[in-house]
Parts: sequence; structure tokens; C-alpha cells
Amino acid sequence: MKFYEISKEPIVIQDVIDKVVQREAGAITTFIGTVREITHGKRTLYLIYESYEPMAVKKMEQIGNEIKERWKGAEVAITHRVGKLDITDIAVVIAVSTPHRADAYEANRYAIERIKEIVPIWKKEHWEDGEEWIGNQQETVAYPKGKPEEKDLHE
Amino acid sequence: MNKILFFAHLRDVVGEESLSFDAAGKTVAQLKGLLTKKYDSMNLDHVMTAINEEFASDEDVVQEGDLIAFIPPVSGG
Repeated sequence: MKFYEISKEPIVIQDVIDKVVQREAGAITTFIGTVREITHGKRTLYLIYESYEPMAVKKMEQIGNEIKERWKGAEVAITHRVGKLDITDIAVVIAVSTPHRADAYEANRYAIERIKEIVPIWKKEHWEDGEEWIGNQQETVAYPKGKPEEKDLHE
Repeated sequence: MNKILFFAHLRDVVGEESLSFDAAGKTVAQLKGLLTKKYDSMNLDHVMTAINEEFASDEDVVQEGDLIAFIPPVSGG
């Protein structure tokens, strides 16, 4: 089973959830990242996501391993979409299962913040009046080897 | 020889997905310097570098056959 995937096709949420089902789990949290229409007052028409796929898969796996070290008994699955996405389309699905619910919420939050730091995926925004590759979308610095700081978790 | 991969806006600057370039023996910083000289509009200041699909630092030395990738600030999620 592939727990970390880049997908050119629409993501089936249930398939990602099914990967983390385990008898030891008391909770599964699912994060679904979707394409937002309005950002800072500007209307997005659609996005193009591009990845450096082999490295992106490795980095998602690294995040999964970081989570398993930090939250015992966690199971993690992440699928990120690439290609053209319309407003409301699903860009990423993260499923985390753990023995207790608090860990499942925390670990899932950790996963999305880390994705935004170290996974080589880029989005190109297309607006009515132009297009641009977005880097540093939250004006956070990338920490390839470090951990997200507390302040980054509240943006 | 080394293969160098470009992504996002860097790909637009270079006009290619990849280049063949003899970077063996050079540090990542030296390689960045050579490329920014070659391409006027290329800025690699905030760009991370990967060697063989792992993040590398500016001091790391490129070996023959290494796969290099320049990783602009990411925007997935």
C-alpha cells in the first residue's frame, strides 16, 4: 500500500482514510485542503499544482515518520493532487489515526504545516488579470531539517 | 555530467525542465553563482537545493553524476 502519493486524478477521500484504519486506533482525523476562490481580496480562477514527484513522496514519508516518532501508535497517509484544479477541488488529503483523539488532531495539524515547509510542490495561481507561481505563501521560511515553530501553527 | 532540474518560476526563467551541466567538484553556492551569471533574471537567494532528492546546503560539494534540483519556496497544501 502506498501511504504517500502524488495524484494526477481527483483524490478519493475514503481511500486515504482506509489506509490508516487500525485496530489500535480510537480516532482518525482527516484534513482536506481545498482550492479557495478569494485570497487577500483577489479572485482565483484556477490553480496549477506541480511537484518534484520522487522527492515529494520522500518528504511526505519523512513527515509521516516524524509523526510516528512524536505520537506513538500513529498511522499516517497523505495524498497530494497535481495538475489543474478548479475552485473547491481537493488539493490534499491527510489521514492520521492514533489510539487517542487529541494526538490525531495534533499530528494531523503538524502534517499540513510540514507539507507547507518541505514538500516540493508549487502552485501557480491564475487570476482574471494574470498568473504567478506562488512561493512562500504564508511568508514563512522553509525549515528543511527543522520543525515548525509554534507561531507557524496559527497562521 | 550532472542533470539540473528546475521547477515553478525557475523553469520559466530557464525555458527548460532540466539542463546538463558539469558541476562536479563545485559547491552548491558556486553552482548557484554560475547559473545566476548565465541567466540574468535568475535569483537563487531563497531557493533550496536538493542533491539526489535530499536537501543540501550551500557548502555541499556536487559529485559526478549527482542529480541536482533547485527548489523554490514551496506552496503545496
